[in-house]
Amino acid sequence: MSKTIITVAGKDAVGIIAKICTYLADNEVNVEDISQTIVQGYFNMMMIVDTSGSSKPYAEMVTELEVLGDEIGVKIRCQREDIFTKMHRI
Amino acid sequence: MITIFEVNETNKMIEQERLDVRTITLGISLLDCCDSDLDALNRNIYDKITRLAKDLVSTGREIELEYGIPIVNTRISVTPIALVGGGACRSPEDFVEVAKTLDRAARDTGVNFLGGYSAIVSKGMTPTDEALIRSIPTALASTERVCSSVNIGSTKTGINMDAVKLMGEIVRETAEATKENNSLGCAKLVVLCNAPDDNPFMAGAFHGVTEADVVINVGVSGPGVIKHALEGVRGENFEVLCETVKKTAFKVTRAGQLVAQEASERLGIPFGIVDLSLAPTPSVGDSVAGILEEMGLESAGAPGTTAALALLNDQVKKGGIMASSFVGGLSGAFIPVSEDQGMIDAVNRGALTLEKLEAMTCVCSVGLDMIAIPGNTPASTISGIIADEAAIGMINQKTTAVRLIPVIGKDVGDTVEFGGLLGHAPVQQVNRFGCADFINRGGRIPAPIHSFKN
Repeated sequence: MSKTIITVAGKDAVGIIAKICTYLADNEVNVEDISQTIVQGYFNMMMIVDTSGSSKPYAEMVTELEVLGDEIGVKIRCQREDIFTKMHRI
Repeated sequence: MITIFEVNETNKMIEQERLDVRTITLGISLLDCCDSDLDALNRNIYDKITRLAKDLVSTGREIELEYGIPIVNTRISVTPIALVGGGACRSPEDFVEVAKTLDRAARDTGVNFLGGYSAIVSKGMTPTDEALIRSIPTALASTERVCSSVNIGSTKTGINMDAVKLMGEIVRETAEATKENNSLGCAKLVVLCNAPDDNPFMAGAFHGVTEADVVINVGVSGPGVIKHALEGVRGENFEVLCETVKKTAFKVTRAGQLVAQEASERLGIPFGIVDLSLAPTPSVGDSVAGILEEMGLESAGAPGTTAALALLNDQVKKGGIMASSFVGGLSGAFIPVSEDQGMIDAVNRGALTLEKLEAMTCVCSVGLDMIAIPGNTPASTISGIIADEAAIGMINQKTTAVRLIPVIGKDVGDTVEFGGLLGHAPVQQVNRFGCADFINRGGRIPAPIHSFKN
């Protein structure tokens, strides 16, 4: 199964990574890589995660992360990695 | 490994530049549904479509959610009904019953359009072809989601001028039959030359007889993405311009290829083709005219428009072809008027005429598309416009199409609202000189000399 990319964008605040990682840990999702920047107070993060050990249906995770993002005040997107690799790698 | 910049670029394309997959179209052969009894035929058709397409819409939604790319439409195309209904339909009224069955199947599977209420009459018409064609006005007026197309010519066969004459009348009758609704029936009717068998886009989609039993075709889009990319190379020379279009088209098509493969795998249905078209929508920023203007034209329709469109069309193909294992359908830039805010603006400011649009169809992927004309335009004039487009297609070995809407009760200066993706259109001036004697000659125009390659 392909990897999943989680992107988080929005105004920086305390505990963004903690809350997202707690959700991922609770759902048996393994975080493999994190890269993050803050530009002019705006938080921008990308995580590469492996969902193969999770029993949560993919669609449900997409929706729950979106809701979690709304609670924190950031935009969280959860997408299968293929959409990016197909577009940017030959 | 993929970088944060690449991820952000893709998501920006989706969120701000309206990158989407325009349609997943399930092509279904109905040849094995043929029966001499009309009820049995209708039952076979309904059962086969609803069996094969039952998971189509939900699978589209699933892919959309998992990859985060919008899939705007899920649709169905079927074998031209003139072939399927030949054994059972004795009259136009019988064919209308089949249209209603198709409509019911489309509604029950949740797709927004079903194409293939069609006849292929590029050289001649059988009595059943003619019965289907004569049923089109009633069929389109009494259904919601059925799309109809008639192929009246090809480079190999020439142009069937009897069919061209008939289609001028049918377009008018369809306009009359749906006049309560701004003659909307005509938005679901297209007259083609060199129609492809695997086109996923409406209204011209049908599942040709060269196709397998069932197949997945995908149409991509993305005018906004191309326009945005060109904003970054303002003032640069044509080499840079072309390279930019090509690279962007590659990325857009890769998204389509991925969706096509996923849909094919999840539905257990073979992948057919990706149609790498730039299909505009009435939304701001999703316009092919916008790309032409970004290239340096004051308005779409200005001198230079045909050259700009030619290079756009060619670079889209060059970039897209390497991005997909199978490319087909119409593939290129669409130039509908009502579905493209930039084109509507160009018509309104007097920059874009029907004649200029005709010139543009020589180098774009299809033809005169979604153009509102005065409701009192004679049938023979509509036939004349169809013949002109078919001639362009026949001689240049390309697909051309005509989707004109003579809006009953409206004239130049009025605007017509079609709603949704079909948009709105100013009623355009048509050349007022007649061609009735030419159209009334009857018979056919022979195949051009360059078709004899054997």
